[in-house]
Amino acid sequence: MEAILFYILAAIIVIFAIASVTSRKILRAVIYLLFVLIGISGLYFLINYNLLAAIQLTVYGGGVIVLFIFAVLLVHHVELELEKTPLKKKIIAGLLSIVGLAVTLWAIFTYPFQTVNNYTSIEVADIGRKLLSYGDGGYILPFEVISVLLVAVMIGAIIVAKGKKLKE
Amino acid sequence: MIEGINIYEILTLTSILFFIGTYGFFTRENLITVLMSIELILNASAVNFVVINTYLYPDFLQGAVFSIFIIALAAAETALAIAIIINLYKLVYSVEVKDTETMKY
Repeated sequence: MEAILFYILAAIIVIFAIASVTSRKILRAVIYLLFVLIGISGLYFLINYNLLAAIQLTVYGGGVIVLFIFAVLLVHHVELELEKTPLKKKIIAGLLSIVGLAVTLWAIFTYPFQTVNNYTSIEVADIGRKLLSYGDGGYILPFEVISVLLVAVMIGAIIVAKGKKLKE
Repeated sequence: MIEGINIYEILTLTSILFFIGTYGFFTRENLITVLMSIELILNASAVNFVVINTYLYPDFLQGAVFSIFIIALAAAETALAIAIIINLYKLVYSVEVKDTETMKY
């Protein structure tokens, strides 16, 4: 059952990812990206990491996609079609990507992963304790750095987006 | 971990997603769509962190914690990049990659 769900999710993710990078209507590309992100959130649910699945849905599905849609609506006409990429560029990029994919898959399939077979799910309480502990293996420092970074980005985004017009 | 699915299948899926992202990064000529390709790449790597954690080292939580950091960083990066794109549109009335020369000087 879970295997079938995984294959359905994988198909959704791959198909909509390809649609998202090839679609010429930019608003549709954003919506395809939303489907990809929701599929990845379903993947987290299948792995039994419910906290990250919820974070993925709220941060990406709720925040980032809305940002993208606002940016698209601010700088483009909704019906606008993107320029066609030259075929030569497409072929070169596709070849590069396929070669990279082949190398990565070769590296993955020749490495003997020692999979552990005990079934555990990642508990939210453990993550919370780990994030706030300052003992061995605690993550209080990166946690604080991330919060400072988020404040800096918030102020920076406001100042940058307000910027003045260039004088001719 | 997922019943009946081994680690190779999930890593194959995330590699495919990663290289679809790089393909978009190479071919797209609009700044917003380039940013969307970067989102695909970051998501693929976050899934990799979680999967390797749950399949190989289920007693530790490093991958799980760092995937949260990746998502926070990706959100911050998107917010700042879109602010820059909007500012750039005010300056040069275009968000195509080939038109963005203003910041070079």
